[in-house]
Amino acid sequence: MKLGLVIDLDVCVGCHACAVACKQWNTSGTLGALTDYAPYGRNPSGVWFNRIRHYEVGDFPHNKTVNMPLSCMHCEDAECVNVCPTGASYKRKEDGIVLIDQDKCMGCNYCAWACPYGARELDRAEGTMKKCTLCIDRIYDQYLPPEERQPACVLTCPAHARHFGDFDNPLSKVSQLVRERGGTTLMPELGYQPTNHYLPPRPTRPIDTSAEKQTSLMHKVKEWVNKLITT
Amino acid sequence: MHPAFSVIIFTVAAGAGYGLAALLAIAHLTSVFGTLPVTECLWLGGLALVLISVGLVSSSFHLANPKNAWRAFSRFRTSWLSREAVLAVITYPVILAYLLSLWTWQGEKTGLVILLGSLVVLCSLATIFTTGMIYACLKTIRQWHTALTPANYIALGVMLGGLLLTAVQGIENVMLAGTALVVVLLAAILKAIYFFWIGRPSGSSINTATGFNRATVRLLDVGHSAGTFLTDEFGYHVASLRLWWLRVLMFVLSFILPALVLSLALIGQVSAFAVYTVVVLAFVGVVLERWLFFAEARHVVGLYHGAQRT
Ligand code: SF4
Ligand code: SF4
Ligand code: SF4
Repeated sequence: MKLGLVIDLDVCVGCHACAVACKQWNTSGTLGALTDYAPYGRNPSGVWFNRIRHYEVGDFPHNKTVNMPLSCMHCEDAECVNVCPTGASYKRKEDGIVLIDQDKCMGCNYCAWACPYGARELDRAEGTMKKCTLCIDRIYDQYLPPEERQPACVLTCPAHARHFGDFDNPLSKVSQLVRERGGTTLMPELGYQPTNHYLPPRPTRPIDTSAEKQTSLMHKVKEWVNKLITT
Repeated sequence: MHPAFSVIIFTVAAGAGYGLAALLAIAHLTSVFGTLPVTECLWLGGLALVLISVGLVSSSFHLANPKNAWRAFSRFRTSWLSREAVLAVITYPVILAYLLSLWTWQGEKTGLVILLGSLVVLCSLATIFTTGMIYACLKTIRQWHTALTPANYIALGVMLGGLLLTAVQGIENVMLAGTALVVVLLAAILKAIYFFWIGRPSGSSINTATGFNRATVRLLDVGHSAGTFLTDEFGYHVASLRLWWLRVLMFVLSFILPALVLSLALIGQVSAFAVYTVVVLAFVGVVLERWLFFAEARHVVGLYHGAQRT
C-alpha cells in the first residue's frame, strides 16, 4: 500500500479547517501533544502538522487565488528518514507512512533541514520532532465506523478538497482523481517522489465585473459599514 | 538558515583540531618539517584533543533532547550525521593512542607509531570530510549541495591546524611556514570558487514549489500571524550589502592576513607575537566564514514563504 492524500486546489477555499481539525485530533494522538507557545500572548505560535498558504497565480485579469495546504507528503524517497542519525524517523513498509519515534528522537533538526516541504516542526517544549502521521491512529482504528477511518483533515474539509487513499491501487479514488485531473507533485526536481498529489485548478475565464458597479446610496452605506467592521 | 552558534563552534573547533592532528602526524612521520621535539608534539596533540572536545561538547548544545544523543551512532549506513558521530568517536582514542605511543618511544618511528600515526591522518581527514557531507548531502539547500562544501571544510580545518602548528613550532621553520602559506592560498581559492558558484541562479523556484510552472506566483498570505519553527529555522535574512562586506572581512581575516604574515615570515621579518595574533584572527575569520555558510544558505521551504528563487 501507498497511502497518501490528494488535495484539490480547484476547490480548496483556504479556510484552515483541516489544519485546526488536524491539531485537535493529533494533539492527543500518537505524536502529541502539539505544543502551543504563548497561546494567549501577543504572538501565539506552536506546532502544526498542516499549514495553509495563499498565493496569487497569474497576472490580472487572468489571476487567481490558490490556497495551498501543505503537510507531510510521505515521500517514496524520504531523505528525512535517510538523514536521521538516531533511527527515530522511519518509513513503514506496509503503507509508506513516515513516522517519528518520539522515544528515540534527539531533536537535532537535521530531518527538518532535509525536508523540502516544511513538513517537520520541532516541539521546543518536548525537544522532539513532530509531523503528520496521516492520522495513523484513525485510519486503522477498528472501533471507528468504516467511513470515519480517514484522516481528520479529510473528514473535516467543508469543500471536499481532500481525499485519502491508496496510490498503489489504480482503481482507488485518489489514483483516479490524479489520472483524470492531471494531479501533480510539488518540487519533483528534487526527486523525493512525494506521495501526496495536488489537482490543478480548472481553467476559468475572467469574469467581467465592470457592469456590476453600484452607486446607490444604500450601496455606499453598506460599503461604509463593511469597511468599518473589517478594519 | 539560522546560524546556530553551537554548530559554528563545533565545526570550526573540531575542524581545526582534526586538521592539527593530521598535520602533526604527517610532520612527525615524514619529518618533512625537520624532527619535532617530543614534548612539543605531545603539547600540540593535546591542543588538538582540546579543540576536538570543545567542538564535540558544543555540538551537543544544538540538540533539543540530548539524552537521546547516544542513539546518533546507530544509522551510519544512511546518515552522514551518524557517520560523523561514529568517526569522531573512533578518531578520539586513535589520537590518544598515537600520542601515548609517541611518548612511550620518545618520538622514535616504530612500526606501531607509524601505524597509529597513519590512522590519525586517515581518521582525522575522514572526520572533517563527514562533517562537510552533513551539509553537502542536503538537496534542499543548493548553497550546500556541492562537493565544494566538504572540500572547504577540509581545507579550512587543515589551514587552521597548519597555522597553529607553524605558530607553536616557530616561524623560522621555512618548510613549515611555506607549506602553511600554500594551504592558506588553496583554501582561499576554494572559498572564492564557492562564492562564484553560489552566485548562479538555481533550479527550484516558487513555480516548481507550487506546481504552477507557466504563471507568475506571488505569496498573498503565509497563513500564520507570528513566527513558526520554519520561519525561525530557515527564514534568516541578511541584507546583501552587509553580506558582501562580511565576505570581504572574512577573506581578510582568514586568508589575506595569514598569507601576508607567513610570506613575511619566509623572508624572516616577523615576531612570534604577530604570528600568534594572526592565528587568533584566522580563527575569528573562519568563525565568520561558518556564519556566512549558514546565513547565505537558503532552504527551498523559503519558496513557500514567498521567495521566488532559492
Ligand atoms: S514531506 Fe518531508 S517529512 Fe514528509 S516524507 Fe517527505 S521529506 Fe519526509
Ligand atoms: S530531529 Fe529527531 S527525527 Fe529528526 S533527524 Fe534528529 S533525531 Fe532524527
Ligand atoms: S479544510 Fe479543505 S478547504 Fe479548508 S483549507 Fe483545508 S483543504 Fe482547503
